Amino acid sequence: MQAFLHQLLSGLANGSMYASIALALVMIFKATHQVNFAQGELAMFSTYIAATLIDAGVPYWAAFVLTLGFSFVVGIAIERVIMRRIQDAPPLTAVAVLIGLLITCNGLAGRLFGPETKAFPSPFTLDFLPSTTYLSPHEIGMIGVTLVVLLVVFVFFRYTRLGLAMRAVAENPQSSRLVGIRVGRMLALGWGLASALGAVAGMMGAHVLYLEPNMMSGVILYGFAAALLGGIDNPWGAPIGGFILGVLENLAGAYLVGSHLKLALALAVIVAVLIFRPSGLFGRTVVVRV
Amino acid sequence: MTALLELSGVDASYGATQVLRGIELSVGDGAMVALLGANGAGKTTTLRAICNMAVRTRGTIRFAGERIDGLATERIVARGIGHIPEGRGTFLSLSVEDNLRLGAYLRRDRGVAGDVDRVCGYFPILRERMHQQAGTLSGGEQQMLAIARALMARPRLLLLDEPSFGLAPVLVQDIFRILRVINREEHTSMLVVEQNVRHALELVGHVVLLETGRVATSGPPQQIAADEAVRRAYLGA
Repeated sequence: MQAFLHQLLSGLANGSMYASIALALVMIFKATHQVNFAQGELAMFSTYIAATLIDAGVPYWAAFVLTLGFSFVVGIAIERVIMRRIQDAPPLTAVAVLIGLLITCNGLAGRLFGPETKAFPSPFTLDFLPSTTYLSPHEIGMIGVTLVVLLVVFVFFRYTRLGLAMRAVAENPQSSRLVGIRVGRMLALGWGLASALGAVAGMMGAHVLYLEPNMMSGVILYGFAAALLGGIDNPWGAPIGGFILGVLENLAGAYLVGSHLKLALALAVIVAVLIFRPSGLFGRTVVVRV
Repeated sequence: MTALLELSGVDASYGATQVLRGIELSVGDGAMVALLGANGAGKTTTLRAICNMAVRTRGTIRFAGERIDGLATERIVARGIGHIPEGRGTFLSLSVEDNLRLGAYLRRDRGVAGDVDRVCGYFPILRERMHQQAGTLSGGEQQMLAIARALMARPRLLLLDEPSFGLAPVLVQDIFRILRVINREEHTSMLVVEQNVRHALELVGHVVLLETGRVATSGPPQQIAADEAVRRAYLGA
Protein backbone atom coordinates (compact mmCIF):
# COMPACT_ATOMS: atom_id res chain seq x y z
CA MET A 1 0.00 0.00 0.00
CA GLN A 2 2.80 2.39 0.88
CA ALA A 3 4.60 1.54 -2.32
CA PHE A 4 1.41 2.12 -4.28
CA LEU A 5 0.84 5.53 -2.69
CA HIS A 6 4.44 6.44 -3.35
CA GLN A 7 4.11 5.53 -7.03
CA LEU A 8 0.85 7.45 -7.28
CA LEU A 9 2.14 10.64 -5.67
CA SER A 10 5.48 10.72 -7.38
CA GLY A 11 3.49 10.22 -10.58
CA LEU A 12 1.91 13.58 -9.86
CA ALA A 13 5.42 15.07 -9.63
CA ASN A 14 6.36 13.73 -13.06
CA GLY A 15 2.91 14.73 -14.25
CA SER A 16 3.61 18.34 -13.32
CA MET A 17 6.29 18.46 -16.02
CA TYR A 18 3.93 16.96 -18.57
CA ALA A 19 1.25 19.41 -17.46
CA SER A 20 3.42 22.48 -18.13
CA ILE A 21 4.66 21.16 -21.47
CA ALA A 22 1.15 20.14 -22.51
CA LEU A 23 -0.24 23.57 -21.69
CA ALA A 24 2.59 25.22 -23.61
CA LEU A 25 1.80 23.04 -26.63
CA VAL A 26 -1.90 23.85 -26.40
CA MET A 27 -1.26 27.60 -26.11
CA ILE A 28 0.63 27.65 -29.40
CA PHE A 29 -1.70 25.19 -31.07
CA LYS A 30 -4.82 27.19 -30.19
CA ALA A 31 -3.35 30.39 -31.57
CA THR A 32 -1.63 29.10 -34.70
CA HIS A 33 -2.72 25.48 -35.24
CA GLN A 34 0.90 24.49 -35.16
CA VAL A 35 2.32 21.77 -32.95
CA ASN A 36 5.57 23.04 -31.49
CA PHE A 37 7.80 19.99 -31.78
CA ALA A 38 10.69 22.05 -30.42
CA GLN A 39 8.90 22.81 -27.13
CA GLY A 40 10.92 20.27 -25.16
CA GLU A 41 14.30 21.20 -26.63
CA LEU A 42 13.64 24.89 -25.96
CA ALA A 43 12.92 23.96 -22.34
CA MET A 44 16.13 21.94 -22.20
CA PHE A 45 18.11 24.85 -23.61
CA SER A 46 16.57 27.24 -21.08
CA THR A 47 17.52 24.84 -18.29
CA TYR A 48 21.15 24.99 -19.45
CA ILE A 49 20.96 28.77 -19.18
CA ALA A 50 19.67 28.39 -15.62
CA ALA A 51 22.49 25.93 -14.83
CA THR A 52 25.07 28.34 -16.25
CA LEU A 53 23.69 31.18 -14.11
CA ILE A 54 23.67 29.02 -10.98
CA ASP A 55 27.24 27.86 -11.70
CA ALA A 56 28.21 31.51 -11.95
CA GLY A 57 26.95 32.06 -8.42
CA VAL A 58 23.47 33.47 -9.07
CA PRO A 59 21.03 32.31 -6.33
CA TYR A 60 18.59 29.61 -7.50
CA TRP A 61 15.39 31.64 -7.57
CA ALA A 62 17.08 34.63 -9.20
CA ALA A 63 18.39 32.28 -11.88
CA PHE A 64 14.89 30.80 -12.17
CA VAL A 65 13.33 34.20 -12.85
CA LEU A 66 16.12 35.29 -15.20
CA THR A 67 15.70 32.06 -17.14
CA LEU A 68 11.97 32.63 -17.44
CA GLY A 69 12.74 36.06 -18.87
CA PHE A 70 15.31 34.62 -21.25
CA SER A 71 12.90 31.91 -22.45
CA PHE A 72 10.13 34.46 -22.89
CA VAL A 73 12.36 36.62 -25.10
CA VAL A 74 13.57 33.61 -27.10
CA GLY A 75 9.98 32.49 -27.67
CA ILE A 76 9.02 35.94 -28.93
CA ALA A 77 12.08 36.08 -31.15
CA ILE A 78 11.28 32.69 -32.71
CA GLU A 79 7.76 33.86 -33.56
CA ARG A 80 8.85 37.23 -34.90
CA VAL A 81 11.87 36.03 -36.87
CA ILE A 82 10.90 32.54 -38.04
CA MET A 83 7.25 31.62 -37.59
CA ARG A 84 5.89 34.91 -38.91
CA ARG A 85 7.60 34.35 -42.22
CA ILE A 86 5.91 31.00 -42.77
CA GLN A 87 2.47 31.77 -41.37
CA ASP A 88 0.83 31.57 -44.78
CA ALA A 89 2.84 28.57 -45.94
CA PRO A 90 1.34 25.06 -46.10
CA PRO A 91 1.11 23.30 -42.68
CA LEU A 92 3.95 20.92 -43.51
CA THR A 93 6.33 23.86 -43.78
CA ALA A 94 5.77 24.66 -40.11
CA VAL A 95 6.27 21.02 -39.19
CA ALA A 96 9.59 20.96 -41.03
CA VAL A 97 10.71 24.27 -39.55
CA LEU A 98 9.81 23.25 -36.00
CA ILE A 99 11.56 19.89 -36.31
CA GLY A 100 14.54 21.82 -37.66
CA LEU A 101 14.37 24.05 -34.60
CA LEU A 102 14.27 20.96 -32.38
CA ILE A 103 17.43 19.59 -33.98
CA THR A 104 19.14 22.99 -33.89
CA CYS A 105 18.45 23.48 -30.18
CA ASN A 106 19.64 19.97 -29.41
CA GLY A 107 22.84 20.37 -31.41
CA LEU A 108 23.51 23.86 -30.10
CA ALA A 109 23.12 22.71 -26.50
CA GLY A 110 25.57 19.85 -27.07
CA ARG A 111 28.04 22.21 -28.75
CA LEU A 112 27.79 25.00 -26.16
CA PHE A 113 27.39 23.05 -22.93
CA GLY A 114 28.88 19.65 -23.73
CA PRO A 115 27.14 16.32 -24.13
CA GLU A 116 27.85 14.96 -20.65
CA THR A 117 25.12 14.59 -18.06
CA LYS A 118 25.10 17.17 -15.27
CA ALA A 119 23.39 17.37 -11.93
CA PHE A 120 20.93 20.22 -11.48
CA PRO A 121 20.24 21.57 -7.99
CA SER A 122 16.90 21.55 -6.23
CA PRO A 123 15.82 24.69 -4.36
CA PHE A 124 13.66 22.62 -2.02
CA THR A 125 15.75 21.61 0.96
CA LEU A 126 14.75 19.29 3.76
CA ASP A 127 14.20 21.99 6.35
CA PHE A 128 12.08 24.01 3.94
CA LEU A 129 9.54 21.29 3.26
CA PRO A 130 8.33 18.32 5.29
CA SER A 131 9.85 15.03 4.28
CA THR A 132 7.48 12.13 3.83
CA THR A 133 7.95 8.55 2.86
CA TYR A 134 5.82 9.17 -0.17
CA LEU A 135 7.37 12.23 -1.73
CA SER A 136 10.78 13.86 -1.65
CA PRO A 137 10.89 17.58 -0.84
CA HIS A 138 11.78 18.24 -4.46
CA GLU A 139 8.75 16.35 -5.72
CA ILE A 140 6.48 18.30 -3.37
CA GLY A 141 8.17 21.50 -4.53
CA MET A 142 7.80 20.79 -8.23
CA ILE A 143 4.13 19.97 -7.85
CA GLY A 144 3.66 23.18 -5.84
CA VAL A 145 5.54 25.41 -8.28
CA THR A 146 3.64 23.93 -11.21
CA LEU A 147 0.28 24.49 -9.54
CA VAL A 148 1.20 28.11 -8.79
CA VAL A 149 2.33 28.66 -12.38
CA LEU A 150 -0.85 27.08 -13.74
CA LEU A 151 -2.91 29.31 -11.45
CA VAL A 152 -1.07 32.42 -12.67
CA VAL A 153 -1.65 31.40 -16.29
CA PHE A 154 -5.32 30.76 -15.56
CA VAL A 155 -5.80 34.15 -13.87
CA PHE A 156 -3.93 35.87 -16.71
CA PHE A 157 -6.14 34.38 -19.42
CA ARG A 158 -9.37 34.63 -17.48
CA TYR A 159 -9.17 38.03 -15.86
CA THR A 160 -6.82 40.32 -17.77
CA ARG A 161 -7.45 42.42 -20.85
CA LEU A 162 -4.35 40.99 -22.51
CA GLY A 163 -5.43 37.44 -21.71
CA LEU A 164 -8.84 38.10 -23.23
CA ALA A 165 -7.19 39.55 -26.34
CA MET A 166 -5.06 36.41 -26.70
CA ARG A 167 -8.13 34.20 -26.41
CA ALA A 168 -9.84 36.35 -29.02
CA VAL A 169 -6.92 35.99 -31.43
CA ALA A 170 -6.91 32.22 -30.98
CA GLU A 171 -10.59 32.12 -31.84
CA ASN A 172 -10.88 34.64 -34.65
CA PRO A 173 -7.84 36.66 -35.84
CA GLN A 174 -9.83 38.62 -38.42
CA SER A 175 -12.40 39.83 -35.89
CA SER A 176 -9.62 40.54 -33.43
CA ARG A 177 -8.05 42.99 -35.88
CA LEU A 178 -11.43 44.63 -36.27
CA VAL A 179 -11.61 45.41 -32.55
CA GLY A 180 -8.10 46.83 -32.73
CA ILE A 181 -6.00 43.94 -31.39
CA ARG A 182 -2.48 43.71 -32.82
CA VAL A 183 -2.71 40.06 -33.78
CA GLY A 184 0.99 39.58 -34.54
CA ARG A 185 1.96 40.84 -31.10
CA MET A 186 -0.44 38.46 -29.42
CA LEU A 187 0.96 35.49 -31.34
CA ALA A 188 4.48 36.51 -30.31
CA LEU A 189 3.34 36.91 -26.72
CA GLY A 190 1.80 33.43 -26.85
CA TRP A 191 5.10 31.99 -28.04
CA GLY A 192 6.93 33.83 -25.28
CA LEU A 193 4.59 32.53 -22.58
CA ALA A 194 4.69 28.98 -23.93
CA SER A 195 8.46 29.06 -24.02
CA ALA A 196 8.64 30.33 -20.42
CA LEU A 197 6.15 27.67 -19.34
CA GLY A 198 8.35 25.00 -20.91
CA ALA A 199 11.34 26.41 -19.04
CA VAL A 200 9.48 25.86 -15.75
CA ALA A 201 9.08 22.19 -16.65
CA GLY A 202 12.74 21.97 -17.63
CA MET A 203 14.09 23.58 -14.47
CA MET A 204 11.80 21.58 -12.20
CA GLY A 205 12.45 18.34 -14.03
CA ALA A 206 16.22 18.62 -14.41
CA HIS A 207 16.88 17.71 -10.79
CA VAL A 208 15.14 14.37 -11.36
CA LEU A 209 16.06 13.76 -15.00
CA TYR A 210 19.60 15.20 -14.88
CA LEU A 211 20.65 17.83 -17.35
CA GLU A 212 21.76 16.66 -20.80
CA PRO A 213 20.76 17.61 -24.35
CA ASN A 214 18.24 14.76 -24.67
CA MET A 215 16.72 15.39 -21.25
CA MET A 216 13.30 16.34 -22.58
CA SER A 217 12.82 13.69 -25.27
CA GLY A 218 10.61 11.56 -23.05
CA VAL A 219 8.88 14.54 -21.46
CA ILE A 220 7.85 16.05 -24.79
CA LEU A 221 6.34 12.73 -25.86
CA TYR A 222 4.33 12.61 -22.65
CA GLY A 223 3.50 16.29 -23.12
CA PHE A 224 1.98 15.52 -26.54
CA ALA A 225 0.06 12.60 -25.10
CA ALA A 226 -1.17 14.77 -22.22
CA ALA A 227 -2.28 17.56 -24.56
CA LEU A 228 -4.18 15.07 -26.69
CA LEU A 229 -5.65 13.32 -23.67
CA GLY A 230 -6.88 16.56 -22.14
CA GLY A 231 -7.98 17.94 -25.50
CA ILE A 232 -5.50 19.73 -27.76
CA ASP A 233 -8.04 22.55 -28.02
CA ASN A 234 -8.59 22.80 -24.28
CA PRO A 235 -6.13 24.79 -22.16
CA TRP A 236 -7.66 23.52 -18.91
CA GLY A 237 -7.76 19.89 -19.99
CA ALA A 238 -4.12 19.68 -21.05
CA PRO A 239 -2.55 20.11 -17.57
CA ILE A 240 -5.07 17.68 -16.10
CA GLY A 241 -4.08 15.25 -18.85
CA GLY A 242 -0.47 15.80 -17.78
CA PHE A 243 -1.11 14.87 -14.16
CA ILE A 244 -3.21 11.84 -15.17
CA LEU A 245 -0.46 10.62 -17.47
CA GLY A 246 2.22 11.08 -14.83
CA VAL A 247 0.31 8.83 -12.46
CA LEU A 248 -0.56 6.35 -15.20
CA GLU A 249 3.07 6.18 -16.27
CA ASN A 250 4.30 5.45 -12.77
CA LEU A 251 1.66 2.88 -11.91
CA ALA A 252 1.97 1.10 -15.25
CA GLY A 253 5.76 1.22 -14.96
CA ALA A 254 5.66 -0.33 -11.50
CA TYR A 255 2.91 -2.88 -11.90
CA LEU A 256 2.17 -3.43 -15.56
CA VAL A 257 4.71 -2.93 -18.30
CA GLY A 258 7.97 -2.25 -16.48
CA SER A 259 10.20 0.77 -16.91
CA HIS A 260 11.39 -0.11 -20.43
CA LEU A 261 7.99 0.26 -21.98
CA LYS A 262 7.02 3.49 -20.20
CA LEU A 263 7.60 5.61 -23.32
CA ALA A 264 5.61 3.21 -25.45
CA LEU A 265 2.76 3.83 -23.04
CA ALA A 266 2.72 7.49 -24.06
CA LEU A 267 2.39 6.41 -27.69
CA ALA A 268 -0.35 3.97 -26.77
CA VAL A 269 -2.25 6.82 -25.10
CA ILE A 270 -1.80 9.05 -28.17
CA VAL A 271 -3.12 6.34 -30.48
CA ALA A 272 -5.98 5.42 -28.16
CA VAL A 273 -7.12 9.02 -27.79
CA LEU A 274 -6.95 9.65 -31.53
CA ILE A 275 -9.02 6.53 -32.22
CA PHE A 276 -11.60 6.64 -29.47
CA ARG A 277 -11.91 10.25 -28.42
CA PRO A 278 -10.17 12.64 -30.84
CA SER A 279 -11.32 15.74 -28.96
CA GLY A 280 -9.75 14.45 -25.72
CA LEU A 281 -11.28 13.78 -22.33
CA PHE A 282 -12.19 17.41 -21.78
CA GLY A 283 -12.42 18.54 -25.39
CA ARG A 284 -15.20 21.04 -25.71
CA THR A 285 -17.21 21.29 -28.83
CA VAL A 286 -18.36 24.81 -29.46
CA VAL A 287 -22.10 24.97 -29.89
CA VAL A 288 -22.99 27.00 -32.92
CA ARG A 289 -26.40 28.10 -34.06
CA VAL A 290 -26.89 29.73 -37.38
CA MET B 1 -22.03 68.44 -45.08
CA THR B 2 -18.35 67.54 -44.86
CA ALA B 3 -17.40 64.00 -45.77
CA LEU B 4 -16.34 61.75 -42.91
CA LEU B 5 -15.23 58.99 -45.24
CA GLU B 6 -14.04 59.58 -48.76
CA LEU B 7 -12.88 57.03 -51.30
CA SER B 8 -11.40 58.27 -54.53
CA GLY B 9 -10.09 56.17 -57.36
CA VAL B 10 -10.00 53.05 -55.25
CA ASP B 11 -9.00 49.79 -56.94
CA ALA B 12 -8.92 46.55 -55.06
CA SER B 13 -7.83 43.05 -55.93
CA TYR B 14 -7.53 39.57 -54.49
CA GLY B 15 -4.25 38.28 -55.89
CA ALA B 16 -4.43 38.78 -59.65
CA THR B 17 -8.20 39.24 -59.68
CA GLN B 18 -9.19 42.88 -59.71
CA VAL B 19 -12.57 43.40 -58.08
CA LEU B 20 -12.94 47.16 -57.68
CA ARG B 21 -12.12 49.78 -60.31
CA GLY B 22 -11.94 53.46 -59.53
CA ILE B 23 -14.51 53.58 -56.76
CA GLU B 24 -15.67 57.09 -55.77
CA LEU B 25 -17.74 57.18 -52.65
CA SER B 26 -18.28 59.43 -49.69
CA VAL B 27 -20.17 59.20 -46.41
CA GLY B 28 -21.09 62.50 -44.79
CA ASP B 29 -20.65 63.08 -41.08
CA GLY B 30 -23.78 61.64 -39.47
CA ALA B 31 -25.09 60.23 -42.75
CA MET B 32 -26.44 56.78 -43.56
CA VAL B 33 -25.39 55.44 -46.91
CA ALA B 34 -26.38 52.15 -48.53
CA LEU B 35 -24.05 50.26 -50.82
CA LEU B 36 -26.17 48.16 -53.14
CA GLY B 37 -25.53 45.90 -56.08
CA ALA B 38 -25.78 42.36 -57.35
CA ASN B 39 -23.77 39.47 -55.98
CA GLY B 40 -20.13 39.90 -56.86
CA ALA B 41 -20.47 43.62 -57.58
CA GLY B 42 -17.82 44.38 -54.97
CA LYS B 43 -19.84 45.55 -51.97
CA THR B 44 -18.08 43.46 -49.36
CA THR B 45 -14.75 44.16 -51.01
CA THR B 46 -15.39 47.90 -50.72
CA LEU B 47 -15.85 47.55 -46.96
CA ARG B 48 -12.73 45.39 -46.75
CA ALA B 49 -10.76 47.92 -48.76
CA ILE B 50 -11.73 50.65 -46.31
CA CYS B 51 -10.33 48.56 -43.42
CA ASN B 52 -7.40 47.21 -45.45
CA MET B 53 -8.54 43.70 -44.74
CA ALA B 54 -7.73 40.65 -46.87
CA VAL B 55 -7.55 42.69 -50.06
CA ARG B 56 -4.90 44.70 -51.88
CA THR B 57 -5.95 48.28 -52.42
CA ARG B 58 -4.83 51.27 -54.48
CA GLY B 59 -6.21 54.80 -54.47
CA THR B 60 -6.99 57.30 -51.75
CA ILE B 61 -9.14 56.69 -48.72
CA ARG B 62 -9.65 59.52 -46.27
CA PHE B 63 -11.30 59.33 -42.90
CA ALA B 64 -12.01 62.53 -40.96
CA GLY B 65 -9.73 64.34 -43.40
CA GLU B 66 -6.73 62.05 -43.00
CA ARG B 67 -5.49 59.35 -45.31
CA ILE B 68 -5.99 55.88 -43.92
CA ASP B 69 -5.17 53.80 -47.00
CA GLY B 70 -2.19 51.58 -46.36
CA LEU B 71 -2.60 51.61 -42.58
CA ALA B 72 -2.93 48.30 -40.78
CA THR B 73 -6.50 47.20 -40.03
CA GLU B 74 -6.12 47.64 -36.28
CA ARG B 75 -4.87 51.21 -36.75
CA ILE B 76 -7.73 52.10 -39.07
CA VAL B 77 -10.20 50.73 -36.54
CA ALA B 78 -8.51 52.78 -33.83
CA ARG B 79 -9.34 55.96 -35.79
CA GLY B 80 -13.04 55.36 -35.15
CA ILE B 81 -14.34 52.90 -37.73
CA GLY B 82 -16.41 49.95 -36.56
CA HIS B 83 -16.64 47.12 -39.09
CA ILE B 84 -19.28 44.43 -38.67
CA PRO B 85 -18.00 41.90 -41.17
CA GLU B 86 -19.75 39.40 -43.36
CA GLY B 87 -20.69 36.50 -41.08
CA ARG B 88 -20.80 38.86 -38.07
CA GLY B 89 -17.32 38.02 -36.75
CA THR B 90 -18.62 36.81 -33.40
CA PHE B 91 -16.14 35.23 -30.96
CA LEU B 92 -18.27 32.11 -30.70
CA SER B 93 -16.53 30.35 -27.82
CA LEU B 94 -16.40 33.47 -25.64
CA SER B 95 -19.24 34.81 -23.54
CA VAL B 96 -21.46 37.65 -24.69
CA GLU B 97 -19.84 39.81 -22.03
CA ASP B 98 -16.33 39.02 -23.28
CA ASN B 99 -17.43 39.83 -26.83
CA LEU B 100 -18.59 43.25 -25.63
CA ARG B 101 -15.42 43.81 -23.61
CA LEU B 102 -13.39 42.99 -26.72
CA GLY B 103 -15.37 45.61 -28.60
CA ALA B 104 -13.99 48.17 -26.14
CA TYR B 105 -10.47 46.71 -26.36
CA LEU B 106 -8.84 49.95 -27.46
CA ARG B 107 -10.50 52.08 -24.82
CA ARG B 108 -8.68 52.86 -21.61
CA ASP B 109 -11.32 55.08 -20.06
CA ARG B 110 -13.61 54.11 -17.21
CA GLY B 111 -16.78 54.40 -19.28
CA VAL B 112 -16.68 50.83 -20.60
CA ALA B 113 -18.96 49.33 -17.94
CA GLY B 114 -21.45 52.11 -18.53
CA ASP B 115 -21.30 51.43 -22.25
CA VAL B 116 -22.27 47.80 -21.72
CA ASP B 117 -25.46 49.23 -20.24
CA ARG B 118 -25.75 51.71 -23.08
CA VAL B 119 -25.57 49.10 -25.85
CA CYS B 120 -27.82 46.72 -23.91
CA GLY B 121 -30.32 49.57 -23.90
CA TYR B 122 -30.56 49.11 -27.68
CA PHE B 123 -30.58 45.31 -27.45
CA PRO B 124 -32.09 44.29 -24.09
CA ILE B 125 -31.91 40.57 -24.96
CA LEU B 126 -28.12 40.75 -24.66
CA ARG B 127 -28.46 41.57 -20.98
CA GLU B 128 -30.23 38.24 -20.44
CA ARG B 129 -27.61 36.41 -22.49
CA MET B 130 -24.64 38.20 -20.88
CA HIS B 131 -22.88 35.11 -19.49
CA GLN B 132 -23.86 32.72 -22.26
CA GLN B 133 -21.40 31.45 -24.83
CA ALA B 134 -21.93 33.64 -27.91
CA GLY B 135 -22.15 30.58 -30.15
CA THR B 136 -25.40 29.59 -28.46
CA LEU B 137 -27.15 32.79 -29.54
CA SER B 138 -29.67 32.75 -32.37
CA GLY B 139 -28.78 34.40 -35.67
CA GLY B 140 -30.69 37.56 -34.79
CA GLU B 141 -29.12 37.79 -31.36
CA GLN B 142 -25.69 37.32 -32.89
CA GLN B 143 -26.34 40.16 -35.30
CA MET B 144 -27.37 42.35 -32.38
CA LEU B 145 -24.24 41.30 -30.52
CA ALA B 146 -22.11 42.17 -33.54
CA ILE B 147 -23.60 45.67 -33.71
CA ALA B 148 -23.32 46.07 -29.94
CA ARG B 149 -19.70 44.93 -30.03
CA ALA B 150 -18.88 47.52 -32.66
CA LEU B 151 -20.69 50.24 -30.68
CA MET B 152 -18.58 49.46 -27.61
CA ALA B 153 -15.67 51.21 -29.32
CA ARG B 154 -17.76 54.38 -29.72
CA PRO B 155 -17.02 54.54 -33.47
CA ARG B 156 -17.78 57.57 -35.61
CA LEU B 157 -18.53 55.35 -38.59
CA LEU B 158 -20.07 51.89 -38.75
CA LEU B 159 -19.51 49.63 -41.72
CA LEU B 160 -22.24 46.99 -41.79
CA ASP B 161 -21.98 44.01 -44.13
CA GLU B 162 -25.49 42.69 -44.69
CA PRO B 163 -27.01 43.12 -41.27
CA SER B 164 -30.20 41.46 -42.55
CA PHE B 165 -28.46 38.28 -43.69
CA GLY B 166 -30.33 35.14 -42.69
CA LEU B 167 -32.81 36.95 -40.46
CA ALA B 168 -36.61 36.80 -40.36
CA PRO B 169 -38.26 39.89 -41.92
CA VAL B 170 -39.66 41.05 -38.57
CA LEU B 171 -36.20 40.95 -37.07
CA VAL B 172 -34.74 42.84 -40.02
CA GLN B 173 -37.21 45.67 -39.44
CA ASP B 174 -36.30 45.70 -35.77
CA ILE B 175 -32.61 45.91 -36.41
CA PHE B 176 -32.97 48.59 -39.07
CA ARG B 177 -35.16 50.63 -36.72
CA ILE B 178 -32.50 50.40 -34.01
CA LEU B 179 -29.77 51.38 -36.47
CA ARG B 180 -31.76 54.54 -37.24
CA VAL B 181 -32.05 55.29 -33.52
CA ILE B 182 -28.31 54.81 -33.04
CA ASN B 183 -27.61 57.07 -35.99
CA ARG B 184 -29.87 59.78 -34.58
CA GLU B 185 -28.87 59.57 -30.91
CA GLU B 186 -25.15 58.97 -31.22
CA HIS B 187 -24.53 60.75 -34.50
CA THR B 188 -22.89 57.54 -35.79
CA SER B 189 -22.45 57.55 -39.54
CA MET B 190 -23.15 54.28 -41.35
CA LEU B 191 -22.23 52.60 -44.58
CA VAL B 192 -24.52 49.61 -45.04
CA VAL B 193 -24.07 46.83 -47.58
CA GLU B 194 -27.40 45.20 -48.30
CA GLN B 195 -29.02 42.59 -50.49
CA ASN B 196 -32.37 43.54 -49.05
CA VAL B 197 -32.84 46.55 -51.32
CA ARG B 198 -36.31 47.61 -50.19
CA HIS B 199 -35.32 47.77 -46.54
CA ALA B 200 -32.10 49.55 -47.38
CA LEU B 201 -33.88 52.22 -49.41
CA GLU B 202 -36.08 53.00 -46.40
CA LEU B 203 -33.14 53.16 -44.06
CA VAL B 204 -30.69 55.51 -45.69
CA GLY B 205 -30.39 59.02 -47.04
CA HIS B 206 -28.05 58.17 -49.87
CA VAL B 207 -27.49 55.16 -52.11
CA VAL B 208 -24.45 54.02 -54.05
CA LEU B 209 -25.07 51.33 -56.62
CA LEU B 210 -22.18 49.10 -57.64
CA GLU B 211 -21.99 47.12 -60.86
CA THR B 212 -19.09 44.76 -61.52
CA GLY B 213 -16.67 46.72 -59.39
CA ARG B 214 -17.64 50.22 -60.51
CA VAL B 215 -20.04 52.79 -59.19
CA ALA B 216 -22.99 52.57 -61.60
CA THR B 217 -25.05 55.36 -60.12
CA SER B 218 -25.65 57.12 -56.84
CA GLY B 219 -28.16 59.47 -55.33
CA PRO B 220 -31.02 59.78 -52.86
CA PRO B 221 -33.10 56.59 -52.47
CA GLN B 222 -36.21 58.06 -54.17
CA GLN B 223 -34.22 58.82 -57.28
CA ILE B 224 -32.58 55.38 -57.31
CA ALA B 225 -35.93 53.69 -56.75
CA ALA B 226 -37.43 55.67 -59.58
CA ASP B 227 -34.72 54.80 -62.07
CA GLU B 228 -36.26 52.43 -64.57
CA ALA B 229 -33.08 50.46 -65.26
CA VAL B 230 -32.33 50.10 -61.57
CA ARG B 231 -35.85 48.93 -60.84
CA ARG B 232 -35.59 46.25 -63.47
CA ALA B 233 -32.17 45.06 -62.38
CA TYR B 234 -32.39 45.19 -58.61
CA LEU B 235 -35.91 45.67 -57.43
CA GLY B 236 -37.57 43.04 -59.54
CA ALA B 237 -40.26 45.45 -60.69
